[in-house]
Amino acid sequence: MTATETPAAALRRRGPGAPAKPPLAERWSRRGPLLPALLVVVVLTQLPFVATLYYSFQDRNLLRPDETSFAGFGNYAEVLGDAAFRGAVLNTVFLTAAVVLASIVLAIALAVLLDQKFLGRNVVRTLLITPFLVMPAAAALIWKHAVFNPLFGTLNWALSPFGVEKVDWVSEHPMFSLVLMLVWQWTPFMMLIVLAGLQSQDTEILEAARVDGAGPFTIFARITFPQLRRFIELAILLGSIFIVQTFDPIYLVTQGGPGQATTNLPYFIYQRTFRAFEVGEAAAAGVVVVIATIAIATFALRLFASMFREER
Amino acid sequence: MDTSTSTRRRRSGRASLKSGGIALLAWAAALVFFFPVLWMFVTGFKQEAQAATDPPTFVFAPTLDQFEAILGRDFTPFLLNSLMASIGSTLLVIVLALPAAYALSLRPIPGWKDSLFFFISTRFMPPAAIILPLYIIANNAGVLDNVTMLSLIYTAMNLPIAVWMIRSFLLEVPTAVLEAAKVDGAGFFTELRRIILPMIAPGLAATALICFIFAWNEFFFAVSLTSTRAATVPVFLTGFITSEGLFLARLSAAATMAAFPVILAGWIAQKWLVRGLTMGAVK
Repeated sequence: MTATETPAAALRRRGPGAPAKPPLAERWSRRGPLLPALLVVVVLTQLPFVATLYYSFQDRNLLRPDETSFAGFGNYAEVLGDAAFRGAVLNTVFLTAAVVLASIVLAIALAVLLDQKFLGRNVVRTLLITPFLVMPAAAALIWKHAVFNPLFGTLNWALSPFGVEKVDWVSEHPMFSLVLMLVWQWTPFMMLIVLAGLQSQDTEILEAARVDGAGPFTIFARITFPQLRRFIELAILLGSIFIVQTFDPIYLVTQGGPGQATTNLPYFIYQRTFRAFEVGEAAAAGVVVVIATIAIATFALRLFASMFREER
Repeated sequence: MDTSTSTRRRRSGRASLKSGGIALLAWAAALVFFFPVLWMFVTGFKQEAQAATDPPTFVFAPTLDQFEAILGRDFTPFLLNSLMASIGSTLLVIVLALPAAYALSLRPIPGWKDSLFFFISTRFMPPAAIILPLYIIANNAGVLDNVTMLSLIYTAMNLPIAVWMIRSFLLEVPTAVLEAAKVDGAGFFTELRRIILPMIAPGLAATALICFIFAWNEFFFAVSLTSTRAATVPVFLTGFITSEGLFLARLSAAATMAAFPVILAGWIAQKWLVRGLTMGAVK
């Protein structure tokens, strides 16, 4: 095999007529470049998770390290029986679903707009992606104090012409406030993916459809949307994986409150770890989050694999 | 005027009306989305009394007082930590990811596909699920509140993205060019230095910018694993959680300084942003 061979060619050669494996030394010299990166990733993300699994079966508190004992599935029983944990699961599901759905709908609309030609399109695009670039911690605090503030927040000011009285958004509608902020933050991310999908369309097919007398809605429903579906799915899956992990605005805007009203799983784990020092329970909750993430990630990986096949 | 011209005219009139409507709608959406950012920027140049008014103050004499106050309030160590953690991790990521991407694209190892998908699945590991062991290990090893430790974590966090992105750029190097180099007897390092690097340099720069963005903005690991010595810019901002007294203008100045480097990086890397966000899957 030469260095210039493409992976596709390499794959083809692995068929029935594939040559014998290269000698051991050569195989290792070729794997060599991969190993440092692999090592860093395994040591810093996979091994810690093995440790999390181990801790999840232990009764352990960071403040009382001498009283550690084997707990079996005790932590899982405790966590699953904990109303606060179940609340955090529900909050995570609600927050993720609401943000993903609202963002993707907005993203599709904005991407369709940006796919047209108009004056200042590039500037509009640049302005629209900016929310995703702003440091989430900075954005969270600006939303909390400058946008949502009941007395001089810009949201109440913007709504005042519509007869809306002064609302204390974060205290009265904490979950809605978070959703609004996160939709603002994640719509650009999804819009970029959908827009890339729109722009990868074959213009000749669109032109042919137009010549055949198809209207803009027919073209969107019959040609654009089916082709766009993969991109929309990718945006939804990647968005879900990252939005499940939302932490910054919860820590900075609501602190999971009032009460437990906006505590999601990452914040729940953070509190159990760094406020209560309950290692076993926090670890068990962490394992539950990973299982949920794997469920979503499996679909994401399948989609990646299908995009990958087409690329070859 | 014959009928065909008049129809054409009518049609072009309708088209310009339509495109005018689109432009109006798009600009309106852009301004709504950009407003909080603009407001953050503008408020940073106000006096506190002008920052907290109802209705909001739009016309005022700009001042640098808040920026000076933030810089005077020990902001610099946080800034330096952020720079070290983001730039350090980004450099390390590129150094590690380039050979890895090479081994998974131009000169693929057996089983390259599994390795590639393994990388991407590590990116999906929720930070909350590994924070506890990282904290305990770092504590026992005495590297809690340490910028090098934070950089290493950011390296692991960004490696999958970088490997996938760089791989997608490597695959765009024309095979013919590489074959010509082979014929000319170029060795691996010559090939890398003379041919591959110049061709994928813009791609590498884009990858570096994307990694910088993610590292600079990262909050969860920073707030969990650092306290006084290694705390980064987002950790500095936690000082603004509660709203005691007049502080909105100062917060806005701090937030502007915190967000500025990445907004700039993102605007520069705009063309490649989508590739970075989807790990090279979408171009």
